[in-house]
Amino acid sequence: MSLEEGEICALLGENGSGKSTLVKMMYGLVKPDEGEMIFQSRTYSPSNPNEARLAGIAMVFQHFSLFDALTVAENIALGMVDPPPFNKLSREIEEKGKAYGLLLNPDSMVGTLSAGERQRVEIIRCLLQNPKILIMDEPTSVLTPQEANVLFEALRNLAAEGTTILYISHKLEEIKTLCSTATILRAGKVVATCNPEEKSARQLAEMMVGTSIVTPKRTEAQGNRDGQPLFRVEDIEKEASSNFGTSLREISFEVWQGEVFGIGGIAGNGQDELMEVLSGEVLPKGGTIKLNGHDLARLNPNERRKRGLLFAPEQRVGHSAAGEMSLTENAYLTAADRKALSQAGIINWSRAAEFSRTIINQFDVRTPSTDNFAQSLSGGNLQKFVIGREILQNPELLIVNQPTWGVDAAAAASIRQKLIDLADSGAAVVVISQDIDELLEISDYISVLSGGHLSKARPVQELSREDIGLMMGASQESLSEVVV
Amino acid sequence: MDFAAINPLIFFSTMVAASIPVLLAALGELVVEKSGVLNLGVEGMMIIGAVCGFIAIYHTGSPLFGVLASIIAGGLLALIFGILTQVLHSNQVATGLALTLFGLGLSALLGQPYAGIKPPTFPKPDFGLLGDLPVLGQLFFKYDYLVYVAFILVVGVSYFLNRTRGGLILRSIGENHDAAHALGYHVVRVRLAAIMFGGGCAGLGGGYLAMIRVPQWTEGMTAGVGWIALALVVFASWRPYRVILGAFLFGGVTLLQLNLQAVGIKVNPAYLSMAPYLITIVALVVISGSSNRLSTQAPGSLGRLFHKTM
Repeated sequence: MSLEEGEICALLGENGSGKSTLVKMMYGLVKPDEGEMIFQSRTYSPSNPNEARLAGIAMVFQHFSLFDALTVAENIALGMVDPPPFNKLSREIEEKGKAYGLLLNPDSMVGTLSAGERQRVEIIRCLLQNPKILIMDEPTSVLTPQEANVLFEALRNLAAEGTTILYISHKLEEIKTLCSTATILRAGKVVATCNPEEKSARQLAEMMVGTSIVTPKRTEAQGNRDGQPLFRVEDIEKEASSNFGTSLREISFEVWQGEVFGIGGIAGNGQDELMEVLSGEVLPKGGTIKLNGHDLARLNPNERRKRGLLFAPEQRVGHSAAGEMSLTENAYLTAADRKALSQAGIINWSRAAEFSRTIINQFDVRTPSTDNFAQSLSGGNLQKFVIGREILQNPELLIVNQPTWGVDAAAAASIRQKLIDLADSGAAVVVISQDIDELLEISDYISVLSGGHLSKARPVQELSREDIGLMMGASQESLSEVVV
Repeated sequence: MDFAAINPLIFFSTMVAASIPVLLAALGELVVEKSGVLNLGVEGMMIIGAVCGFIAIYHTGSPLFGVLASIIAGGLLALIFGILTQVLHSNQVATGLALTLFGLGLSALLGQPYAGIKPPTFPKPDFGLLGDLPVLGQLFFKYDYLVYVAFILVVGVSYFLNRTRGGLILRSIGENHDAAHALGYHVVRVRLAAIMFGGGCAGLGGGYLAMIRVPQWTEGMTAGVGWIALALVVFASWRPYRVILGAFLFGGVTLLQLNLQAVGIKVNPAYLSMAPYLITIVALVVISGSSNRLSTQAPGSLGRLFHKTM
């Protein structure tokens, strides 16, 4: 593949197709076994990131490579080859920030910043090196659409000044608007190079996967909101458990049988806290959580599971699955009661293994065996396993947090389809997600969590992307104004 | 009861001297923990430093050799810990505990012929007229060299950690070793250096006990000071200057207990001996009660194993 000066080039591919490995080579973190890179007509083989930075290649990581307990200026200094003294650096940070609309206070602790602001730190860190090539690994996965637009504007300015940008993303729509060329990787090989504006998002996705993708479809028979709601949450209040948490304020919503209820919002607006309260990991200070009229608010997660309220938290390894335990053991952990996998305290391993095989077959989980550690699976496969484990327990209500975060297009589509199927079969589903397209695709009703407040639910037909984006961004915007 | 028998000037200067071993050891461990490593072997490194310093000063008669021997012995023992945990990825807690046991055993073996002997006296700097000043002379200018070295070291460590690029890199590695690695910093190399520094400090602290404070060699003479040093790092919430405060508190309570016994207060001495440890525990509980990691300054990667993934 090749990159021209001043172009914005997309690098596309499923999880595990080799995008990250490729850019890590460019950034000097991985050495290629064979082949060479030529940069400005010279052979380029960086042995560490410092050499890459000196040569003019900078990278913004997918998972932020920031230090919470250090200030913005310190974080930026760490990413520079030869940083100026701090007072000069602080001035430069503010100047660059003004020039590209990425405002930051150099003295604030990174741990206190929002996701969008953290990303600004990373980008400014790169810009201060005056890079010739800027690599961005999934930069918008944590941003509101409005924040993403600010980012795109900054990137277009940079490209106009001659900086080449290599842009990795799962979001095909934004690649179509931003990038002038796209290189597509599949299983470690370049399979195509094209102009993304000339292709549809579906065509791009199919080139990535190599097969055609079926978009999940809601059947028309949506749950009608007659009679009593299946699930009713009223006036839930919960103080934040840490300084960086969000307090929940008067959370109320109702979910009827057969419906998918979407909760949007940017991470850090109370999603994790809401999930913890709904699952029973922490008890709310006040309010009720009623399933079929019975209040579950004071029950622990196991008792809630017994009554038909199941959940799949956001973090796959470490929260919804134990990384260093086998798939069978993980299947047992949440399904022990509902699937009767133990008798009188003795685990029935053959039944547990059979259950985990069922999940693997029905949800197309790719794994060598049921004895593999959960953490050895790719994100998409483990997510399919975790969701499958809950769905196969026939929940009355399933609550999932960020079901397709960091999951490739094909796996995401199949997970969404399964959630819709579950709702169609008469259960109800609550999806907490920051992916607006996902919510629009599968939900019947959508409300937005912002600063610990939950907006009134509205039917999906009444809402556009922009509406939701504005609802999501409302408190975030005012927050960044305070910081500036 | 006769509190007048406790002279505040002498009390203060004795307290300063009494706090030096724990101050040095805690300062070293602070740097180690700031780099993200938890070394529970402080006690072992101290006592190895004590015995080696004692042997060196006894045979050469040179305080300088005694000091160097303490530092090198502590540093070498720390290097074992460093190689085991950083290169061979052994568990830090278990390895640190083993290091303490190993140090106690080895020092008992090495020190057996030296029990009960008096070492040569350790020199003190002469400040001339300053030392003759009333009150101030007693408070500030009557100590041995190592006391001044220890305080200069505190200032130096604080400056290094907060004002230099090297210190920033060390803190970043302790805060998030994966991110530091992704930025191209040498996590293992920096940590090994920090661990060696910590060992040297602990060794010197032990040497101070055997060469100056007591001064003689007795088996197990560190008597838990290494553990107190570990607690002090948390007590000081990973800030060098607060280590001084903690060390004075600990030294002061220990001393007060001796003084109270001397003036004949009728309390079971067992309670008084307990007091410093109880106070440390209470202080730890109060500090760790705060759930905010950033305000306590605890390094984010403390005690976590680092595997290069790429």
